[in-house]
Amino acid sequence: MNVLQLEIQLVAVVVAVACALPGTFLVLRKMAMMSDAISHSILFGIVVAFFYTRDLSSPLLVLAATATGVLTAFMVELLLKSRRVGEDAAIGLVFPFLFSMGVILISRYAGNIHLDTDAVLLGEIAFTPFERLKLAGLDWGPRALYLMGGILLLNGLFMGLLYKELKLATFDPALAAALGFSPALVHYLLMGMVSLTAVGAFDAVGSILVIALMIGPPAAAYLLTDRLSHMILLSAGIGSLASIGGYWMAHGFNASIAGSMATIIGVVFLLVYLLAPQRGVWAMYRKRRQQQLETAVSLLLVHVFSHQHQLDAREECHVDHLYNHLKWDFRFTRRLIQHCRKEGLVSLRKNLLYLTPKGQAHIHRVVGLRDMGEGAAR
Amino acid sequence: MELLQTIGIVFGDYTLRTVLLGALILGGVSGVLGALALLRRQSLLGDTISHAALPGIAMAFLLSGSKSSLVLLSGAALSGWLATLFMLQVVRTSRIKDDTALGLVLSVFFGFGLVLLTFIQKRPDAAQAGLDKFLFGQAATLMAEDVTIMAWLSALVFVLVVLFWKELKVYLFDSGFAESLGFPTRWLDILLLSLLVITIVIGLQTVGVVLMSAMVVAPAAAARQWTHRLERMVLLAGLFGMFAGVSGSLTSSLVPRLPTGPTIVVVATIMVLCSLLFAPARGILWNRFRLKRQQKSIQVHIALLTLLDLAEHHRDYRHQHSLEVVRAVLPRTTHLSRTLKELEERGWITVPRKGFVALTARGVEVARRFRENQEVAG
Repeated sequence: MNVLQLEIQLVAVVVAVACALPGTFLVLRKMAMMSDAISHSILFGIVVAFFYTRDLSSPLLVLAATATGVLTAFMVELLLKSRRVGEDAAIGLVFPFLFSMGVILISRYAGNIHLDTDAVLLGEIAFTPFERLKLAGLDWGPRALYLMGGILLLNGLFMGLLYKELKLATFDPALAAALGFSPALVHYLLMGMVSLTAVGAFDAVGSILVIALMIGPPAAAYLLTDRLSHMILLSAGIGSLASIGGYWMAHGFNASIAGSMATIIGVVFLLVYLLAPQRGVWAMYRKRRQQQLETAVSLLLVHVFSHQHQLDAREECHVDHLYNHLKWDFRFTRRLIQHCRKEGLVSLRKNLLYLTPKGQAHIHRVVGLRDMGEGAAR
Repeated sequence: MELLQTIGIVFGDYTLRTVLLGALILGGVSGVLGALALLRRQSLLGDTISHAALPGIAMAFLLSGSKSSLVLLSGAALSGWLATLFMLQVVRTSRIKDDTALGLVLSVFFGFGLVLLTFIQKRPDAAQAGLDKFLFGQAATLMAEDVTIMAWLSALVFVLVVLFWKELKVYLFDSGFAESLGFPTRWLDILLLSLLVITIVIGLQTVGVVLMSAMVVAPAAAARQWTHRLERMVLLAGLFGMFAGVSGSLTSSLVPRLPTGPTIVVVATIMVLCSLLFAPARGILWNRFRLKRQQKSIQVHIALLTLLDLAEHHRDYRHQHSLEVVRAVLPRTTHLSRTLKELEERGWITVPRKGFVALTARGVEVARRFRENQEVAG
């Protein structure tokens, strides 16, 4: 691994962590699509500022683009407040408009200057080490590293200072408002953070992959934990791992780095979605099967209990007729009976089922019908 | 004369005619389907589908080596469809919310598409130019063959919408009710989604991945402001979409270096803005006007009743009240002189001399009747 590769990965990790911080709150506040909207509409701000500065790395450009992001959030709020359109439509109206204006400006006036829509949308992290920060005649490393490092620091500071407020406004906006924290202020601060991060990152990973980094890791983390602090840390961790993994995948296949990072994020999410210890599809399937089995065992035991010493026991408790009385599948019933015998809950005499003392105890414990003996005896 | 010439050029030009026809079809079908998606509050689904189409396009090209629209569009439809099904599945089976799933699927699929695109770039027959148009849309490259495909696809969409109209309508407004009637709501959801996928695919070549989402949202959001009936809304949305498509592509053909897709989107957005402001019944300006008129009418009636009270206090209906007194008893009336003028115009008060007002016989009568009505109502 040479210095160049190390620098690219370093930038990637910094971008991933910087995105994961506001991303966590976007996911929790059900505003994930705002990252999509903002990352598209900043194109407008970038283009306008570019006409003035003619420099893609000018701080004015970062400022203008961030302002466009906040403007997007503001316009969405304005549309929502008019109560004429839903939230989905409001978002879907604002960002394509700003994006279109950006594209029109580029093709009308950019002419031969270097500013492609592709460059903004797709980005190229492999080029970041070539733009160096040179200060006092010394080479301090890739410029992007400092830009994104600064943004990461800001994001971290913002979260650290307003952690309590953000948490409250996210989980109980009504209480937050009642306690005097302005929900609007928190909203716009968060939107500003998302915009700034998207602007800083578009150069490196392109605006569409900013979305992957902002939403993917927090979404996976959301399935792994119930604690906010853990979710933030997990998101940062997953984001960093995915970006390093994505880099090496791109290296191996000689493919787009940003695209590979998004792909890895997708794979990680898929794995978490399927295999997460409590909320994964597999775990839920297991849990459901377990519950089904427990219910079926209880039903079987209760059935045997209420018929075992009665006149109709020959019919009702017969091992081959049971499926009919319980209206179950024949094979399922047979397997269930085997399971119950193995567990020592029932015994078999002359093809008739009887509860063992353990089975009796099981009924009392699970079903909780203490007076059932009397009821059945009567 | 010049106008006639322009028209002559426009309709004599083969390319332009193709583009206009394409935009017309695209606008119509995306308006209709967008209206359905808007009511389902899934306007942003279009955004996700169009981004998620990218890997399908790339994969179709990689596997077949063909640049024919039919092959690429089939790939696009397939991956857009799979992406949305996956998204719905994730939302259904985990605690991940709509917005997060949409953003995640959108960015991950798009990222994977980018990875595939880098593979295409490396091929000797690097026909990437043909794929670029799917990203940003290049209406100018539309061919008669493409338009034919678009026409067939949209005919299919229209037929399906008409066939399942009743089911879709019930499902859109009350999915619970639809389910209780025994409608297969899950299949209806998938049907709506599949229709949306076809719609998106129709538009990809003309306006591109990023802007296709706007074509699903904007005409529908505009149409929603004009009517409360689904039939009218769907038809209007189709018409609005056609208008935006045709006028947008006409404008872009007349003004040099004005890209078609973004122009169509800007036109559609302007239509939304106009509808939000001016539509009867729901329009914001209209509502404000109505509110003002109501306020004025209330103020006039309050002033009349107060004058009656004042007159009864003096035991003389003809008593001439000085304006100072009137102002003192009506502290809340903001435009007193205008209100009094209105009263005078209606013949309810007179101005016997400057600075004084008095009730007329008719004014007394009206005020008394009004007060009685109020007392009865109160």
